[in-house]
Amino acid sequence: MSANNYISKVVPNAAAAIEGLENDMTVMFGGFGLCGIPENSIAAIRDAGITGITCISNNAGVDDFGLGLLLQTRQIKKMIASYVGENDEFERQMLSGELDVELIPQGTLAERCRAAGAGIPAFYTPAGYGTEVAEGKEVRVFNGKPHVLEHAFDAPFAFVKAWKGDKAGNLIFKGTARNFNPMMAMAGKITVAEVEELVEVGELDPNSIHIPGIFVQRIFQGMDYEKRIEQRTVRAKSE
Amino acid sequence: MGLSKDQIAQRIAQELRDGWYVNLGIGIPTLVANHIPKGINVEFQSENGILGMGPFPFEGEEDADLINAGKQTITALAGASFFSSELSFAMIRGQHVQLTVLGAMEVSDSGDIANWKIPGRMVKGMGGAMDLVASAENIIVAMQHTNRAGESKLLTECSLPLTGVKCVKKIVTDLAVLEVDPERGFILLERAPGITVEEIQSKTAGRLVVEGEVPEMQF
Repeated sequence: MSANNYISKVVPNAAAAIEGLENDMTVMFGGFGLCGIPENSIAAIRDAGITGITCISNNAGVDDFGLGLLLQTRQIKKMIASYVGENDEFERQMLSGELDVELIPQGTLAERCRAAGAGIPAFYTPAGYGTEVAEGKEVRVFNGKPHVLEHAFDAPFAFVKAWKGDKAGNLIFKGTARNFNPMMAMAGKITVAEVEELVEVGELDPNSIHIPGIFVQRIFQGMDYEKRIEQRTVRAKSE
Repeated sequence: MGLSKDQIAQRIAQELRDGWYVNLGIGIPTLVANHIPKGINVEFQSENGILGMGPFPFEGEEDADLINAGKQTITALAGASFFSSELSFAMIRGQHVQLTVLGAMEVSDSGDIANWKIPGRMVKGMGGAMDLVASAENIIVAMQHTNRAGESKLLTECSLPLTGVKCVKKIVTDLAVLEVDPERGFILLERAPGITVEEIQSKTAGRLVVEGEVPEMQF
């Protein structure tokens, strides 16, 4: 028996967490819109000046937040996403040809992440059949319905954000900030998890873990979360 | 005068059945949640990862970690659950969600739908629309009968890039309720109050089937 009985994944900060990340890599970023994005890791990548990044992320942030920060500094070469509105700089770079964009259906994006982490090289999905998304892809009929062959992603790095995590890398997400974070954690060869609250092992109930630490290679306590709201929508008290 | 957006949503809400899980798209479909008929229990799914979505929060109670697929702040009702994107789309592709309501730019008389891309314009992406239309057993489109130029959005063939093929089951517009039969075309089921069959015929470019007396919508 070792002294700890667990494998520590803790690194001191975001700068240490991105070690080994190089130019021209494919990188996954968790989050939906600005909800559940790895704010600290994005800032560290910006500060490190890593360029030529191929991003796999459902969205591309807004002009001055989220992945928009890496677009401002031209660190992103290609964006693989399902929806990229709400970002003027993105639009400018896309229309000028500076930025390569691949749009794929959201469920296919999620499943290509899951498959990557689950050892499934490819799968058939009905999504996109008969549309330009299916062009050049194998189509096969199952139960009388055509399906499109889609492949697992291959990403050396994944950056995810969780609500709570322990030193062994076990993660718990909050609300809809879970979104793409779990399957991207599974998919990354090196998965970096930043958390709002890093706790000792034993403090999280094993029954409540959303992502076991086996999928997480590095974890750190995030700082100064802004958690910006993209569409603040409220109702009047009288309703 | 045809239906307002809110009335379109109200008419679609009449299609809800007790015990259904329902995914509502952005725009008019979102309004359907305001018109759930009495005695009907449904749960709304938002594909970013919630079942049991509630109304917008009161001012000051917004939570950055609680949004819908339109990135709007929302609330979670008692009995709600949160889940990951892959599980969310497992629900959708696995046909655990009984009804999808979404908007469209064009629908063909065989049930094809185009709602994500206009060539020459900035393309924002399909989001979850392609997964939803490829899988849902029951898809209702909520849209205006004609576009801003007054041209029919109900066509023989979609002119815009497709989101899905032969998938739309029903359409509720400002003028009519129509069922899609891929063999026969748009079957006119109901007219908006005060709207004539002739007007609907003149504004429907695809095959339109009119059988007998077409009743007015009831609210």
